[in-house]
Amino acid sequence: MAHAEPAVVSDIVPPAEVPEVDLYHAKSWLTKYVFSQDAKVIAIQYSLTAISIGLVGLVLSWLMRLQLGFPATFSFIDPSDYYQYVTMHGMIMVIYLLTALFLGGFGNYLIPLMVGARDMVFPYVNMLSYWVYLLAVLVLAASFFTPGGPSGAGWTLYPPQSILSGTPGQEWGIVLMLVSLALFIVGFTMGGLNYVVTVLQARARGMTLMRLPLTVWGIFVATILALLAFPALFVAAVMSLLDRLLGTSFFMPHIVEMGASLPYGGGSPILFQHLFWFFGHPEVYIVALPAFGIVSDLISTHARRNIFGYRMMVWAIVAIGGLSFVVWAHHMYVSGMNPYFGFFFATTTLVIAIPTAIKVYNWVLTLWRGNIHFTVPMLFCIAFIVTFLNGGITGLFLGNVSVDVPLSDTMFVVAHFHMVMGVAPIFVIFAAIYHWYPLMTGRMLNEALGQFHFWVTFVGAYLIFLPLHYLGFVGVPRRYFEIGETGFVPASAATLNEFITVMALIVGFAQVVFIGNLAWSAFRGRLAGRNPWRATTLEWQTAELPPGHGNWGPTPPVVYRWAYAYSVPGVADDFVPQNLPPSQVAAAHPSVRAAD
Amino acid sequence: MLVAIVLVVLAVGSVVFHVVSPWWWTPIASNWQLIDDATLVTFWITGVAYVAVILFMAYCAVRFRHRKGRRAAYEPENTRLELWLTGVTSLGVIGLLTPGLIAWNEFVTVPAEAAEIEVVGRQWLWSYRLPGKDGVLGASDPRLISGDNTFGLDPDDPRGQDDILIEGDDLHLPIGRPLKVLMRSVDVIHDFYVPHFRAKMDLIPGMVTHFWFTPTRTGTFDILCAELCGLGHHTMRGLVVVEAETDYREWLTGQSTFAELMAKAASGGAVRLATSERPDPASR
Repeated sequence: MAHAEPAVVSDIVPPAEVPEVDLYHAKSWLTKYVFSQDAKVIAIQYSLTAISIGLVGLVLSWLMRLQLGFPATFSFIDPSDYYQYVTMHGMIMVIYLLTALFLGGFGNYLIPLMVGARDMVFPYVNMLSYWVYLLAVLVLAASFFTPGGPSGAGWTLYPPQSILSGTPGQEWGIVLMLVSLALFIVGFTMGGLNYVVTVLQARARGMTLMRLPLTVWGIFVATILALLAFPALFVAAVMSLLDRLLGTSFFMPHIVEMGASLPYGGGSPILFQHLFWFFGHPEVYIVALPAFGIVSDLISTHARRNIFGYRMMVWAIVAIGGLSFVVWAHHMYVSGMNPYFGFFFATTTLVIAIPTAIKVYNWVLTLWRGNIHFTVPMLFCIAFIVTFLNGGITGLFLGNVSVDVPLSDTMFVVAHFHMVMGVAPIFVIFAAIYHWYPLMTGRMLNEALGQFHFWVTFVGAYLIFLPLHYLGFVGVPRRYFEIGETGFVPASAATLNEFITVMALIVGFAQVVFIGNLAWSAFRGRLAGRNPWRATTLEWQTAELPPGHGNWGPTPPVVYRWAYAYSVPGVADDFVPQNLPPSQVAAAHPSVRAAD
Repeated sequence: MLVAIVLVVLAVGSVVFHVVSPWWWTPIASNWQLIDDATLVTFWITGVAYVAVILFMAYCAVRFRHRKGRRAAYEPENTRLELWLTGVTSLGVIGLLTPGLIAWNEFVTVPAEAAEIEVVGRQWLWSYRLPGKDGVLGASDPRLISGDNTFGLDPDDPRGQDDILIEGDDLHLPIGRPLKVLMRSVDVIHDFYVPHFRAKMDLIPGMVTHFWFTPTRTGTFDILCAELCGLGHHTMRGLVVVEAETDYREWLTGQSTFAELMAKAASGGAVRLATSERPDPASR
């Protein structure tokens, strides 16, 4: 029962409103590949940098797991090392890998191509964005080589401990961390303004907002969230830095350390937490919304079926984005803030589950009555739905204030956020890389290696994180160098920890295979040909493959329909590109039977 | 087909694991059964949704997999189905929120008859203060903390003189009486966490936080720090002994008051409270 079809086909194409502006054309190898102003090159630079620092984060997770699985075995890991691994792993993965890869990587590559623009609207600022990001990464990485090493304050960097001597990295590590975060935000802002303005101002003729692919919607709304949320982290970082370096007391009350009073007084540690989580919760959606968008488009393409409930999906993204700014204190139920806040934040947090659940239903309903091709991107999308659903559900435990009290600060929380904003978005990143790699390189990734990578990663990650929740139920706290002797943790928990560590190493190895596949296929992969997935969206309809500078050759595309014209009744092909004029759409042979 | 099989194994396996797993919460030793109940309700509602969605996906993976000549259905929207699903989800959310908020209402409503005790956190040691015969805790201020007065009690406050100070030793509590736990930290953020009690709360330097509970079972339980507090975070442990009223009274008589400890310090005697040094986390 097809009701109103959202902007499916229209012969009316609005006239071009602005004359074309010539792009900056690279004059040398250096300006073409290094200091490039082409969003696609910047995207690759962002992606390679993010993946490189992400591999550091991966190695740190192995070291952590070695300690947790086999305590008192590795003499090179002491408590201070362990807390530094925890901190750097968290910060690298959340900010420098996921945020940078989704927005700086996929945002840069896909926004101009998918909206039919020639490039981002401010290419020079876009280039600067990458170089400032790279500087932020280098400053962060430099903290490994400073006296005292990187910060061990936990990725949340809660003062007072983050800047006091009882925490590793108090001398240099925390300073470099805060400076790096501030730089990251500066770099991101330059990119973010580009993404928003490009979506609003540079869309092709006929590309109305309600014809945008959901990938663009997800990245667009996530960028708006980031532009509003990162300033809170920025001021928190600057104020922490002032407390640390100049002795101000923004977050520092009167403190007695080792029996001696410190020259601080009057500040509020909880203020930092409010600032941090006012950024930190939208941050979850800054990572999740692009993932939502990408997974919607990939499921639709690989199931050869229109995304189910497109308009509902758009409004769900917008609703989630809005609500994400009024849920932050659900990270603070046991922080000592006014306990009556719990009623409000539990309610808003559980309300956000409704638009989120609608998205999950619509992904599944897109598979329903589809024509599902189990390509590697599709497999990773299905794995995403499973892990995101799992992590979303445990979020309902932690968001529901009283249920959170016993679970807060335990391994349950670690398992929850790894499932929902670690594993699930990473699966979308994998799906996206397998899907768009042919666009970026002209070659397909190796299918067999892809299947191996998928099955080991999916099954392995599930086996790591599902049982971890139960350690949290037992009461094992997070961020413990070792649990040691207790009266409540059964001996079998040690066996479980060993198992999880072994699985983590296996899953880690599969990522090495993936990286190898990326490198090998760039030169030896099967040639992709035009539009290998038979997709409708504009990025596959460019003049050349991979698309060149300016994307479209002499004439930019004109858009006639939405991005989900798959298996349209009465049409010969099972997809109709967004820019194919209605007069060229071939009618189906009468013998083609209607779908069930 | 493989995908469908894996999805079914995963859904069924998760449920089986949940049932047979030896890792479950510790037997409760406080009045917070309401929290455990809300958790179980959450398990049921979300568990059904989880299994249902995954099994439906497994069905789709078989029924709608690509075969030669197959074509997908074209159906941009189905408002009735979407409204129906939104309605069911909203009911589920109400079903979760109701027991959760009922329990929280209980959690934030401290009974008037609750006795006050104090927990003080410092890197990386728990200390406790119990009101003396007057039943009231005396005033404190972190600026008054010194080598002799590690709690920072006001020496001029008569209500604090009989306060009982426990440092470097186990906390004892009587069974069956509601307790309001007031919490202070002298340095960084800590979190007083006893898994058996279910309740926990952060200790924030510069302010006094609190929660309440009633011990309902005798025994000795672990106290842990649940908020990263530096290098020795994982060593910040303690024990709480819940015992019958008479045993508790007997234990109480063996403890020292603030006035006694200050007098001992003034006369040059060895002060029992000597924690101006940070304990070495490696020594445990």
